[in-house]
Amino acid sequence: MILTQQLILGLLVGGLYGLAAAGLSLTFGVLRVLNVAHGELLMLGGYGTFWLFTLWRIDPFLSLVGIGPAMFVLGLVLYWALFQFVVKAHEEVRIKNSLLIGFGLTLALHALAIRLWTADERSVTTAYAGEVLRLGGFAIPLLRLSSLVFAFAILTALHLFLARARWGRAIRATAEDWEAAALMGIPVGKTYLIAFALGTALAGIAGGLVSISYSISPSIGIEWTLKALVVIVLAGMGSLFGSFAGGIILGLAEAMSVVFLGGPYREVVGLILFLIVLLVRPQGLFGARA
Amino acid sequence: VKTLVAGISLTVLFVALPLFTARNDLLNLCVQIFLAVVLAQSWNLLGGYAGQINLGHAAFFGLGALVTRTLWVGGTPLIVGLIAGALVATLYGIIIGIPAFRLRGAYFAIGTLGLAEILRITVGNLMPEISTISARELASYNMLPRYYLTLTMAVLCVAVVALLIPSRVGLGIRAVREDEAAAEATGVDALRHKLLALTISTALAGLAGGAFAYYHVSYYPQHTFSPAWTFDAVLMSFIGGVGTVHGPVLGALFYVIIRELLAVKLVEFHLIIFGVLFILVVLFLPGGLVEAWNRARRLISRNS
Repeated sequence: MILTQQLILGLLVGGLYGLAAAGLSLTFGVLRVLNVAHGELLMLGGYGTFWLFTLWRIDPFLSLVGIGPAMFVLGLVLYWALFQFVVKAHEEVRIKNSLLIGFGLTLALHALAIRLWTADERSVTTAYAGEVLRLGGFAIPLLRLSSLVFAFAILTALHLFLARARWGRAIRATAEDWEAAALMGIPVGKTYLIAFALGTALAGIAGGLVSISYSISPSIGIEWTLKALVVIVLAGMGSLFGSFAGGIILGLAEAMSVVFLGGPYREVVGLILFLIVLLVRPQGLFGARA
Repeated sequence: VKTLVAGISLTVLFVALPLFTARNDLLNLCVQIFLAVVLAQSWNLLGGYAGQINLGHAAFFGLGALVTRTLWVGGTPLIVGLIAGALVATLYGIIIGIPAFRLRGAYFAIGTLGLAEILRITVGNLMPEISTISARELASYNMLPRYYLTLTMAVLCVAVVALLIPSRVGLGIRAVREDEAAAEATGVDALRHKLLALTISTALAGLAGGAFAYYHVSYYPQHTFSPAWTFDAVLMSFIGGVGTVHGPVLGALFYVIIRELLAVKLVEFHLIIFGVLFILVVLFLPGGLVEAWNRARRLISRNS
């Protein structure tokens, strides 16, 4: 009974893990840069939604329509100012330097957020925040359910974009083999720019959903970066729905750990899962190739 | 030779300092600098010379602190506690090192970060209470032994790295960083050299943790496992000059002094500045302050 209830909650939070991971996976897969500041970008999106609601009473789900594009622009700026210098290097150096830059960005954004908004935990509390859907004997928080559906819808839209649209196909081709893509006349630099900005927008939207159905504070950044990394390692790269599934697996695993080991070890379980997969199958559970 | 002279005069200066001042704030600042030097230099040995970005350095510092503190508060002589702390940190390093070195590049970095976080959360769960030294110890608390202990560690740590790097083994460690396959082809056992760098690096970090445990009156055990220790070490190494012996020392001096100056007015503000500075160093000045100094000197000598 408790187990099922926890599993339902795990499933709901898992969708957000998946969305957070999808953005990181997109930039890692296409640009081969590992932006460890992904969690901080998510935190910024969360604060955006929070302030839009607190100051102007804008419905959080509505404000996501604005947060997405705003974070897209932030992604353009970050790529232009920082990451474009990294992608010129070859693979090993590229990953290492992007990791270091992301790390510097993490520290700066975290400290900036504390400075601007204090270290308090906050969350968006709408009039409908407490609504619960009763199903059998189980309670399903309506907001978290809507967040899950929203996350799934965003991923589906992105999937369609990558599959059909001109730029989406350019992104996939570049991820596959950027040299061949460049020879086919795809502007690789611009493709990188768009992919990075999309990844940032996804982080921002995920952050908005976190601030609606959970809570945000300046220090959630590193937690969410780790969650996204765990999911990527579980799911492998290159598949959006793989990330979604990986996120849900992580959510369910955490739920089981809450029941069997107690709440405090929730975060540990994901990390241990992550280390095991990393050692046994570095390409991920669903990944086809290394 | 010039660097050696500078290093020795700096050491003499610090050894003599307590003779001229008894100001506790100044001595405290120095202790923080010495601890920072050990943290940065030990990180630099593995991250700078062996090229393995370790984002879990805090785990070794924390283990050293935990073991030393437990033994010392329990009545064991401090020196035994310090050695035990360093040993445990090293042992843990070797246990995780063998599997972790199978991971390449970014995976090593995030793997070590994950391991350190597991330890941090577990220690926080098992030991939620603040650790305070006994009233008797508190009554006899004296700054000087703390000052000289950390100073000795800083000098020892810099000396170890300075002696190791030009040696045959040090050359092997650097060869592995430049090109692992090429190093293997010329007969350098990459794994053994990486493990050696890791062993020394973790032993030094464990010692620093032990010194922290001896120095601080009260703290939460979880605090010594905080990722902030790792982040400080990375920042200081890179800003000073990663992969050089004097870079991390300069970085530690610069970082701690600026941090303390800023902390008077603005808590946490230093990380905004250092985060940005760090990014600029990675992008445009990979040699850090050391390279900036060399460039400036060349520019001056060309103009004169």
